[in-house]
Amino acid sequence: MGVSRRDALRLGLGTAALGVLSACALDTSGAPGGVGSGGLVFYSTQLSTTEEAESVRRQILAGFGQPVQFTADPSTTKMLDRVRAEARAGTSNLALIGALQGEHATLWKEGLLRDMTDVVESLGDRGFTSRYLDLARFDGRYAFVPWISASYLMAARREALEFLPAGADLQALTYAQLLDWTRAIQQATGSARFGLPAGENGLLKRFLQGYAYPSFTGGVNTTFASPEAVGMWAWLRQIWDTANPQSVTYGFMQEPLLTGEVWVAWDHAVRLVDALQTRPDDIVSFPAPTGPRGLGYLPVLGGLSIPKAVADPQPSIDLIRHLTDPARVSTTLRTVAWFPPQDLAAIPGGLPPGVGQEAETLQRMVGTPGAVASSLAVGLGGQSGAYDKVFTDTFRGIVLDAGDVRGTLATQAAALQGVLDTAQARCWAPDPLGEGVCRVG
Amino acid sequence: MSVRRSLPYLLLVPSVAYLLIFFASPMVQAVGLAFTSTTGEWGLSSLSAMVSDDRFWPAVWTTVILLVVLLPIQLALALVMSMIVTGRLRGKGFWLYVFLLPLGVSELGAGILWYSIFVEQGWLNTVLQAVGIVDRPVLWLDYREPWRVIGTIVVAEAWRSTSLLVIILVGGLRAIPRDYLEAADVFHAGQWQRMRHVVLPMLRPTIRTALIVRVVLAFEVFATVIALGGTATDTLATQANRAYTEFQDAHLASAYGLVILVVSLVAVGIVLAALPTHKERGE
Repeated sequence: MGVSRRDALRLGLGTAALGVLSACALDTSGAPGGVGSGGLVFYSTQLSTTEEAESVRRQILAGFGQPVQFTADPSTTKMLDRVRAEARAGTSNLALIGALQGEHATLWKEGLLRDMTDVVESLGDRGFTSRYLDLARFDGRYAFVPWISASYLMAARREALEFLPAGADLQALTYAQLLDWTRAIQQATGSARFGLPAGENGLLKRFLQGYAYPSFTGGVNTTFASPEAVGMWAWLRQIWDTANPQSVTYGFMQEPLLTGEVWVAWDHAVRLVDALQTRPDDIVSFPAPTGPRGLGYLPVLGGLSIPKAVADPQPSIDLIRHLTDPARVSTTLRTVAWFPPQDLAAIPGGLPPGVGQEAETLQRMVGTPGAVASSLAVGLGGQSGAYDKVFTDTFRGIVLDAGDVRGTLATQAAALQGVLDTAQARCWAPDPLGEGVCRVG
Repeated sequence: MSVRRSLPYLLLVPSVAYLLIFFASPMVQAVGLAFTSTTGEWGLSSLSAMVSDDRFWPAVWTTVILLVVLLPIQLALALVMSMIVTGRLRGKGFWLYVFLLPLGVSELGAGILWYSIFVEQGWLNTVLQAVGIVDRPVLWLDYREPWRVIGTIVVAEAWRSTSLLVIILVGGLRAIPRDYLEAADVFHAGQWQRMRHVVLPMLRPTIRTALIVRVVLAFEVFATVIALGGTATDTLATQANRAYTEFQDAHLASAYGLVILVVSLVAVGIVLAALPTHKERGE
């Protein structure tokens, strides 16, 4: 029996409807060249909270002549996957990437970024500080344009200040004084009121890599399991006893500071600024402490780059000019509290109270004699996650699980060397720079 | 085969193609990732790295403990709730709405909500202090008291996902022929006897379905665990998530995913064996 005309018509209509529905479901944004139906696609791993992203869309990007679709996701993995996939496809939906220096280093190493030297040179009037320009250069070429910068600092509620050790200067504490302080608070209040961002999205790993290790040992990889590192971990175990155990759930320290669950905290400047702006009279910021080998700190630099697969980079370059324009820089500072990689005195309009306090603290920290500037891990490529895992595992083993310090360090040192060997990574600041794979000490 | 006879199979082609492209293919790739190392070599190195990770076995035990504790609690709660909704209580429509409300809350939203309840300066401590039950806030999320943290996760998960079981059980209860219940009334069966000898046996296939769904979903829970337990409480799902998003190791994440798949299948097999149908029992 053959097919009736009615059945054939139904089959044909069904197939056509399926085709139409499928076409409607296709993603039509982002044609080659980075310009989609939603305009230029600006993908960033920074400014990813809802408030920050809205500030970017409504204020920072306002006034740019073309529509811009701003997409922010803090996951480095997703960004790397997307850029790699689009490069393999030979086209780029992304017109502009906003990411940290270390993330750009990975992309540059894999040959995925356009050489931005011409753009940086054309932006000579922006006044980028030489320190940040150095961080933007790989193999003698500029991989990205410096865009936003920050660092990490400490903050405390005013009620904590009465427990400062005698003779201690809040603006020039040592790690030993910090421990005495938090112990005094615990004894007086009966509650542990120190806080570190040891939660899922917390930046405890940066505290270990950029602050604790350099301050106690003068290095990070080359001194990972050194006797000084044993002393550092002993100190960390002691101060963790004075920390609110809910610290394992804290990603941003501003909320616990505001609620009073934490009285003294360390965190990224952007993750403390809400507390400083909301209660500028009740919460103060101060520099990270100094250790036996100096004041280790970690400057963070975010930059703007263009994927190599972008066919026409001119719209992206225009967007970079817009974002680095002094008026936009001022808006960025005011709305999302990321500092420009330029002289703050040149920012039009001055600084709001909370941000101003942070700016002073950061300048004080950077200007401290013996300040040791670290760098975020460079040259790790796809091993940056494994690198961070070594530090979080070490913290867990020694501090949370109260394991043997030397044994844990020995085990994790081997894991760390494995990561560096796989990445073929050279040492970076504060370790001595040199040729060959960095050796773990 | 004529077009008419082949029409049903042709109409299945889009669904099968969709499943093959978006489910089967990624699953095969994920299994492949689990059996390759970060340098691309085939072998068991990713699985070995997973098992030798200090956090693997604690994650396994926490996952099993959560499942063993949650399942009977949720099943009992869901039975009570579905009996309320299908019974003769006044306002049962309102209760249906209340019981199903958590379905509209995402897992992450539920985690944040319950975090705001259990955190030191949260709602629960505020209420307890206000009525004088405690003098100082209780640290419900103190990782040094793991059973306390697990308790908070159990409460949050019971609130969030029991409604799914309610939906399934309500359907099963409404499918029980009234004749059986009326026969029980004729023989003067009490409530408990009705439940034990009529309702539960008739509900057995539905309970089995509900348990299978709940068991499979239980292994995927991670947002609530992360919100309440932070980095000190691990389950297989949180480890898989962490491996990919934080440590950028797709191979390790796939290895955890493979373990979750295998353990889910084993758990479903246990449920099927524990609650066989009449046919499987040879009745």
